[in-house]
Order: sequence, then structure tokens, then C-alpha cells
Amino acid sequence: MSVPPGSLSGERGIGGRLASVLIGYGALALAACLLAPLAGSTHISLARAFDRSIPFPDNVDAQILFVARMPRVLTGAIVGSTLAAAGVVMQALLGNPLATPFTLGVSTGAALGAVLAITFGTSFPIGTLASVPLASLAGAVVASAIVYVLATRPGRPISTMVLLLAGVTLNAFFSALILFVQYAADFTQAYRTIRWLMGDLDVGSFAPIVASLPLVLVSLGIFAFLPRSLNLLSVGADSAATRGVDVGLTQRLAFFSASLATAAAVSLAGPIGFVGIVVPHLVRLMVGVDHRIVLPASALFGAAFLIGCDLIARTVLAPVEVPVGVVTAMLGGPFFLWLLVRRS
Amino acid sequence: MAARQAKLIRCVVVLLLLCGVNLSGSLEPPRGPQRSASRPTVAPLPTGATRIVSLVPNVTEMLFAVGAGPQLVGVSSYDDFPPETKALPRVGALLDPDTERILSLRPDLVIVYGSQSELEGQFTRAGIRVYPYRHGGIDSILQAIRDVARLSGHPADGDRVIRELRSQLDAVVTRVRGQRRPRTMLVIGRDAGTLRGVYVSGGIGFLHELLDIAGGDDVFGDIKREAVQPSNETMIVRAPEVIMELHPGEQPPADVLRKERAAWNLLASVPAVRTGRVHLLYGGYLLAAGPRIGRAAEAFARVLHPDSFK
Repeated sequence: MSVPPGSLSGERGIGGRLASVLIGYGALALAACLLAPLAGSTHISLARAFDRSIPFPDNVDAQILFVARMPRVLTGAIVGSTLAAAGVVMQALLGNPLATPFTLGVSTGAALGAVLAITFGTSFPIGTLASVPLASLAGAVVASAIVYVLATRPGRPISTMVLLLAGVTLNAFFSALILFVQYAADFTQAYRTIRWLMGDLDVGSFAPIVASLPLVLVSLGIFAFLPRSLNLLSVGADSAATRGVDVGLTQRLAFFSASLATAAAVSLAGPIGFVGIVVPHLVRLMVGVDHRIVLPASALFGAAFLIGCDLIARTVLAPVEVPVGVVTAMLGGPFFLWLLVRRS
Repeated sequence: MAARQAKLIRCVVVLLLLCGVNLSGSLEPPRGPQRSASRPTVAPLPTGATRIVSLVPNVTEMLFAVGAGPQLVGVSSYDDFPPETKALPRVGALLDPDTERILSLRPDLVIVYGSQSELEGQFTRAGIRVYPYRHGGIDSILQAIRDVARLSGHPADGDRVIRELRSQLDAVVTRVRGQRRPRTMLVIGRDAGTLRGVYVSGGIGFLHELLDIAGGDDVFGDIKREAVQPSNETMIVRAPEVIMELHPGEQPPADVLRKERAAWNLLASVPAVRTGRVHLLYGGYLLAAGPRIGRAAEAFARVLHPDSFK
């Protein structure tokens, strides 16, 4: 990933570009959030849905809008934006365009937690939260902690090579554990695991969304401080250090925030693939490589992208649904390739 | 017992439904080999098999029902019904059949899943008769009972079991005749405490047929699949008047039961929720595609038409 000279040296103009990108992509994300709940396998009347004279239990349109569609659209927005932004940060941190939010084993750790909960756990809910999301969150945190401990030395920058190798190895190790647990599971549990791995935005209520918000907000808050440092880090750690970047701190913040964002997204909706790699690259093809632009644009475009994919998932074969992870892969992959060919 | 029973039932029903091992429906009569019940690969010996290994729990149940239980020398890892199976050697299951162990038991008939074609080939090459069982509707279940009864040398007992089953099902039909058929959603899977991972019976398969016999109209009957994963929106729109949730295990304590039933309160506009007709049924027989389907049909009917059983 190269960094355009203008983004490093010329501060003038970046504010205008950022504003226009935020307005453009923000409008896209907002439109997706507002329009997607209106579409679905069933026609609903907005007037009736908002008619307060009809008691909620009698108002089917309101039920569909507020219980079925809005939670999943909001989930799509949160998961899409966090995975896309985490993808941008991971690619910058590792200096590898093939990096994804799942490269460092966070999602496999989450998957292992979910598989263990599905297979052995019966019920250890906390409040309104079910055991599977909690276990997947715990798995993601454990995986991140292991990778972090392996790749860091006190007072020294993180070795991205060690980080990458540790992540890849942990992915393989956790995958083997998942296979072992699946082998021990009965068929239904194994199928539920496979289905969980495909991702699902139909969270059923606002409670899981609210529960994930603190993690999402903390990670997005940290992301906001990273773009300039990531620009310089993309050129090289030494070069960044000479320009005043605290490389070790930036790497740690990037790793921590991207892992946190990924953990929140995966525990909420399962490991939905392709968003974290396709969206950042699509956005770079459209707006350039300056992280001050790419990061917010990816977050907004990621939200719109996943909401759109979910709309397709819940309508194309209605009343039967296609797993949203299948749609992101089938839509994102070819479109990305088309853009690459067109650019080259 | 309950856990093993749950595993057994799950093995036999849910995953096969979900994975679509055989999506053949049996609302209509079988049409050709694709839609017919399983067939033995070799004609039965005049005396019938004397050493049988069954990798399919519901076929094990059928064998016991026709009186061939004493001829069983090995069963799958998931077998738990009838209790006599507990004393028999375990030989693996769909994913991990222990070929050597099976061969060491010197069987003259092995019951396998229809999808275990390599295993079937192995035993056939070894000169052992194989019965590949395929999952289907009620007709398939009855045909399988007839087949295994014939292969095990109990054809008359097989016919008797089938007659009894038909009689039980007919009795249920008679009981509910003339009653209004409530729109019913038959739930066969759901993540505990939430409305995520909900699976329901679709328009084909023995569960759909049992619901029909019990006097209920399947709200997902138009979807010609054995299992459907509906979204919350679809469940709201389909608006079932009765929700019947089937669990293969034993009934949990009252507080857990209350909490699980309350998970449905999210769909407040659904008639079943509004009228309190969300029923959680527990028992291994509810999801077993075997000789206990008559009991399952009656359990469904008692929920749907309680007045008919007063």
C-alpha cells in the first residue's frame, strides 16, 4: 500500500475531501438504514406501522418494522461498518493488502467459543444475552490476548511478521479444535455450528445490539485517532518513527481496536466474510489510499454494503432466506474483481 | 437417558432434514426409486438375518418393534431406545462408522444410512447384506418397517406393527374429524432463550404429515422442504394460531419452561402468542421416525384439539 504524497504533506484540501466523502458515503449509509426496513418479503404500510391508535400487539406492520426489520438493519450497519473499518486498520497494521479482520485469529477464537457453547453449554445467559454470543466474545478476547502476548515485547514495537505468523498459526490451531469439537458433537449441533459460521443478522431484538454498542463505540473511538499514524506507518515503521509517530503505541492501539471491533461484530452476527477485505479495497479504488478518507468511508460504505447484502439475503428466495455470508461473498467477490480489471 | 435420547432423535431427524439427505416428500405416493423408501441391496434369505448391526437408531427401534431385537449384535453410538440397546456393542454412527468393529461382530445384515455409499460398498464386497435407509415421510417409515421385518425374518410381525400404526393414526384422524384446523407452526429447533436459529417443519416429511393427521394446517406447508429456517418477519407474517415446539429431551424445570415460552413474547402480534397457544412438548418419541409416530400424532392432536380428548 503506497501513500499518496498529498495525503502526507498537503493538509490543505483534506478537510474538504473528508467532508465530501463523509456527506456522500454518509448519505449512502443513511439511505440504506432508512430504506432497507421498508423493503422485505412482505409489503407493509408505514402509516399503519406508525399509527399509535392501534395497540402494538395488534399492529402487524409495526411488529414487522420494529421487531423484525429494524434490529437486523441496525445489526447490518454496525457489523458492516466495524468489519470494514477493522479491515482497513488490519491491512495498515500488517502492511498486507490481504489482511482481514479475521487474519489474526479473532474470528476463529470467537467461532471456537460459539462451537463450545453450542456443543457443551446449555445456558449461562447474562441478562438478556444468550450463551453463544457471550462465548464467542470470550473466545475472541482469548484469541486476541494470545496473539498479543506472543507478538509483543515490553517497550518494543510489535513485530508484524510475528503477529501475522502467530495469527495464522492460531487460526489453524483453533480450526483444528473446532473440528475436534464438531466431531464430538451430534449432528444438530454440528449443523448449528456451520450455520453460525455463515453469519446471521436476524438477531431477534434490540438487546444484543445494545449489548455490543460499548465495544463498538470504544473501537470506533480509537479508530478516529489512528488514520494519520496509519498513513505514516504504511510507508514503514522506521520512516513513521522519524516523523514523530509512536510506532509501538500506534500498533498496540490498532491491534486492540481492530480486535475489539471484530470481536463485537462476530459475537453479534457470526463471522460474516468478505466485508472486511472487499469494502476497504473497493473504497480505496474509489477514494484513494489516504486513511483519513478511507477509514470513515469504509465504515460508512461497509454499513450500506452489508445492509444491501442482507436485503438480498432476505428477499431473493423469500420466504426462505439465503445466509448473508453467502451473499457478501457472491456479490463482493466478482464486483471486486471487475473493479480490479477495470482499473488495470 | 434424556441426553442420549436427544442425540438419538437429533441424529435421526433434524440434521437429515436440514441437510436434505433425502428431500423426498410423501404427501403423494412414491414415484420411482428416488421417492421410494429404502430397498435392501440383496434379497432376504429365507431364514432372515440372525446377526444384525444397525447404524440407524430409528431402524434399530423398528427392529425391536418387529421382534428382531435379540438378533441385533451392534448398534450406533446414539442408540438409546429401547433400553435394551444399552447393553449392545457400539459401532459408530453416520460420520464415524467403525468398519473393523462391525466386521468383527460377523453380521449377516448391516443397516446403514443411504448416504453411506462407500460403507455399503465395503460390506457388499465382503459378502454382507446391506440395507441402506433413507429418510422420508410416513410411507417411507412404514416401508422401512416392512423391509427390515422381512430381512430379519419377521414379515408377519412387520405387517402387524404397520397395521397397529395405521390404526393409531386413523384413530387420531377420527378424533379430530370435523374440527377447525388451526394454522400451526411446528418448531423443531431454536437457540435457547432467544428467537434465533429457529427451524420449523416445511411442507414435506413425516412431521408435516403427522401435523396434518393431527388436524393442523402447517403454516409453512407451501414450502416444499422438510425443514425451513424462517426469519422473525416471516413468522410474524405467517401468523400461526398454534406454535408447537418439539424437544427430544426431558421436560425442564418450570422456571426454564416459563423462560423458554416467554422467548416467543417478542412476536406479540402472532395469534399463538396472543392467545397463549405456544406449546413446548418434550419426549424422544416426538421426533423419532419409527414405530412411535402414532403416539407423536396423538400428542400433536391433544395440543391442537384438546376438546376432542375430554
